[in-house]
Amino acid sequence: MKAVLMKKRIRFCLIFILFLLSFAASIVFGQTSITLEQALSSFHSYDETSTEHIVIQSNRLPRAVIATIVGASLAVAGAFMQALTRNPLASPSIFGINQGAIFFVVIGVVFLSVSSLVSLMGLAFLGAAVAAMVVYFLGSIGRDGLTPVKMVLAGAAISALFQSYTQGILVLDEAGLQDVLFWLAGSVSGRTFEMLLPVLPFMGAAIIIALCMGKAINLLVTGDDVAKGMGQHVAELKGTMGIIVVILAGSAVAVVGAVGFIGLVVPHIARFFAGSDYRLLLPFSALIGAVLLVSADVLARLIIMPQEVPIGVMTAIVGGPFFVYIARKGVSSR
Amino acid sequence: MKNLQVTDLSFSYDKEPILKDLSISIPEGEITVFIGGNGCGKSTLLRTIARLLQPETGTVLLDGENISRLKTKEVAKKMSILPQGPTAPEGLTVEQLVQQGRYPHQSWLKQWSTEDENMVHQALAATNMEDWAHQSVDMLSGGQRQRAWIAMSLAQGTETLLLDEPTTYLDMAHQVEVLDLLYELNETEGRTIVMVLHDMNMACRYAHNLVAIKDKTVYAQGRPADIMTVDTVNHVFELNCHITPDPLHGTPMVIPFGKRGARLHFEVHEGM
Repeated sequence: MKAVLMKKRIRFCLIFILFLLSFAASIVFGQTSITLEQALSSFHSYDETSTEHIVIQSNRLPRAVIATIVGASLAVAGAFMQALTRNPLASPSIFGINQGAIFFVVIGVVFLSVSSLVSLMGLAFLGAAVAAMVVYFLGSIGRDGLTPVKMVLAGAAISALFQSYTQGILVLDEAGLQDVLFWLAGSVSGRTFEMLLPVLPFMGAAIIIALCMGKAINLLVTGDDVAKGMGQHVAELKGTMGIIVVILAGSAVAVVGAVGFIGLVVPHIARFFAGSDYRLLLPFSALIGAVLLVSADVLARLIIMPQEVPIGVMTAIVGGPFFVYIARKGVSSR
Repeated sequence: MKNLQVTDLSFSYDKEPILKDLSISIPEGEITVFIGGNGCGKSTLLRTIARLLQPETGTVLLDGENISRLKTKEVAKKMSILPQGPTAPEGLTVEQLVQQGRYPHQSWLKQWSTEDENMVHQALAATNMEDWAHQSVDMLSGGQRQRAWIAMSLAQGTETLLLDEPTTYLDMAHQVEVLDLLYELNETEGRTIVMVLHDMNMACRYAHNLVAIKDKTVYAQGRPADIMTVDTVNHVFELNCHITPDPLHGTPMVIPFGKRGARLHFEVHEGM
């Protein structure tokens, strides 16, 4: 057993090195070519007249940091959703989080004439939270409480409802479309630290709490009845997990828009390296989510330079083939 | 004192009464089996005793204390419940599953201890699952899988084990394997076992105390040989049958009549 744990620690370190490499690549590669020395000197001796330094500090660094945190958040939220629903195909979007966020942004732009990015972010988060609460409430009605099937059905219905409202409003008012595209496509470009700061404390706290819940989740995934029989407060645990998903995925959609695929795929990639123990699976998910989103962002700006591919498309291109490989190979318990 | 005492228990699903004013006491150190027709409430009774369901009225006393007033983790140290048809998440190993049985004994202050480790090893040994400890549960045969779940219940270290239809979906060899294991646990360690079984003949063979449920309450309770009569089967299952002693164990054996009449050259004696 000791040897197995050591092997997994080494794997974690290797993935962490991969993360550092992708983070460095995110700072170095792009339309303006930058050397590693310039990148380093921009930290210890910042030069206002140097274009490279300005690009690093105001553009490259924020987007690398945002991609790291959002990638980790989406991956952990995805692992939580898969545990909550006991469904390997679940992701945070099941709560209607993305559609709720986009609908509220559209309302804000079209009816309330909100234009500041930070206010729209607030609306996006609010929309994500409202959608998730409605889904959670609808999924909990009835004698058996919150069941995966009811939750998935409620999520699909609420997502479709919000989406059709959004489309209806956009058909009537095309001017709103431009602002909303920002959230529809999902992108880390042009995001600044100013946009991350309001949600950062919540995301940070949610990730830390999430990483401490591995043991409880290990029991929960053996089934509600088994967990209750062992003396676990199942309803409270599920409620806490729901709130954490809303904070993580809601903040993510508020900052970068709807980025799919990470929440779905990363927990499976993590299971391949970490096995099925959530105490290991959650930190692996967070790290791999960060690697995937940071490297997807690097590729997004490289492949059709000087233009950029939407990052949601890139996460699918990077994660898709790996997902298929893992699905074919099966879960490793070693 | 009886360690499990149910008094005036009533339970409804969506205003549809399932159990009504049911009282029963479970003898300590014996195997008790609930039998009854589909939807008679035998599983509901077991799940209410295990506090998986909240009764409308009535109480369940465990060692003289009302389980609804006890902390749920305290209940879990005295009584375990294995629900019907549990499914393990993909890739979970037998050892990881059995370790979950130690959950009630742990807290933020008291993490994994040598006692936890010993209990897991004992549970694996008692269920003969040591060789499969590092196999993933979903790769095992039905009988092995059920033994792994029972090992998890054993690791909980409780005096009383509740099991909801532990032999469902198992072929006959695996049913006997699982019931023999439970019989042995009762015989060697004196654990109180309460379970729901569908097969009347298996119930008669393995139970010390048989409880027949009908019309939302207890129809009969006692030794299988005393209560398992043609009349009981008639009332509880609405089934005509012939009852004869099991040639191996002497316990009552129920042979149902069906549309296909008994073959003429066999003499059939009514009753027992």
